[in-house]
Amino acid sequence: MITLNHYLILAAILFCIGFYGAIAKKNAVAVLMGIELMLNSVNINLVAFNRFLSPGEMTGQIFAIMVIVVAAAEVAVGLALVLNIYRQRLTTDVNDLDWLKW
Amino acid sequence: MIGLKKRGDYAMVSPLVFWIVAGVTILAALAVVNLTNLIHSALWLVVAFIGVAITYLILEAEFLAAVQVIVYAGAIAILIVFGVMLTRRGDIRESNLFNNYRIFGGLVSLGLLATIVTMVTKTQWAISGAVVPANQVGLLAQNLLGQFVVPFEIAAVLLLVALVGAIIIAKEVRD
Repeated sequence: MITLNHYLILAAILFCIGFYGAIAKKNAVAVLMGIELMLNSVNINLVAFNRFLSPGEMTGQIFAIMVIVVAAAEVAVGLALVLNIYRQRLTTDVNDLDWLKW
Repeated sequence: MIGLKKRGDYAMVSPLVFWIVAGVTILAALAVVNLTNLIHSALWLVVAFIGVAITYLILEAEFLAAVQVIVYAGAIAILIVFGVMLTRRGDIRESNLFNNYRIFGGLVSLGLLATIVTMVTKTQWAISGAVVPANQVGLLAQNLLGQFVVPFEIAAVLLLVALVGAIIIAKEVRD
C-alpha cells in the first residue's frame, strides 16, 4: 500500500538531488536543471497532499499549475541571462560570474 | 486509457508501478546531476520529468500529468537543450563538472534529506478517505476561472512579462 509518506519521501529525495545539482555544479545551465528538479519535487508534494488530504478540492493541483507557470517563466529568463553572459564573457561557469564582487 | 478508466483503478495497480516509477525517476535525477556530458544530463532530465508525470497519473491528477509532459518534457527540456547548444564551448564530454562545493553541497543536501524524512515520518497526517471527483478537469476550470481567477490572470501577465523580458535580455539591446 502506497501512502502519503511514500510520495513525500520521493519528493524529498528528488528535491535534495536537485539541490545538490544547483549547489555543486559549475555550468549555469546545469544549475537551472537542478532548480527544475526541485520545482518538480515540490509539485509532487502539492499533488500528493491534494490527493490524500482533500481529494474533493482542486487547490493543490491549482497551486501546482501556478508553480509550473512560474517555472516556465524562470527557465526562459534564466536561459536568456545565461546566453547574454555567454556572449559577453564566453563562459557559463558560475565561478566566473563575479561582476558584483569587489 | 484515460477515457475508459473507472475511479479506483489506479489504487489497484499502484504499489509495483509506484516503486518502478519512483526508482526510475530518482535514477534519472541522479544521472542529471552526476553525468559530465551536459547533453546527456538534459536528456535524462526528460526521463525524470516523464517519471514525475507518471507519478501524477498514479495520484489521479490526469490533467497535471498532461501539462507536465507538454510543458516540462516538451517545452522546458527543449529550451534547456537549446541553451546547452548555444553556449557550448570546449569539450562537450567535460561540460558538466562539479565546482568546489561538491562535498559541502552533498553533505548539506543529505542533511536536508534526513531532516525532511524524519519530519515526514513523525507527522500524523489527517488522511481523508473521500473519493476523487470524476470530472477533475471541469472542477479545475471552475476553480481557475472562479475562486482563483486573480492568480490565474496574474500568472498570465507573469508569463507575458517573463517572455518579453527573456527576448530583450537574449537579444542584447544596443544603443
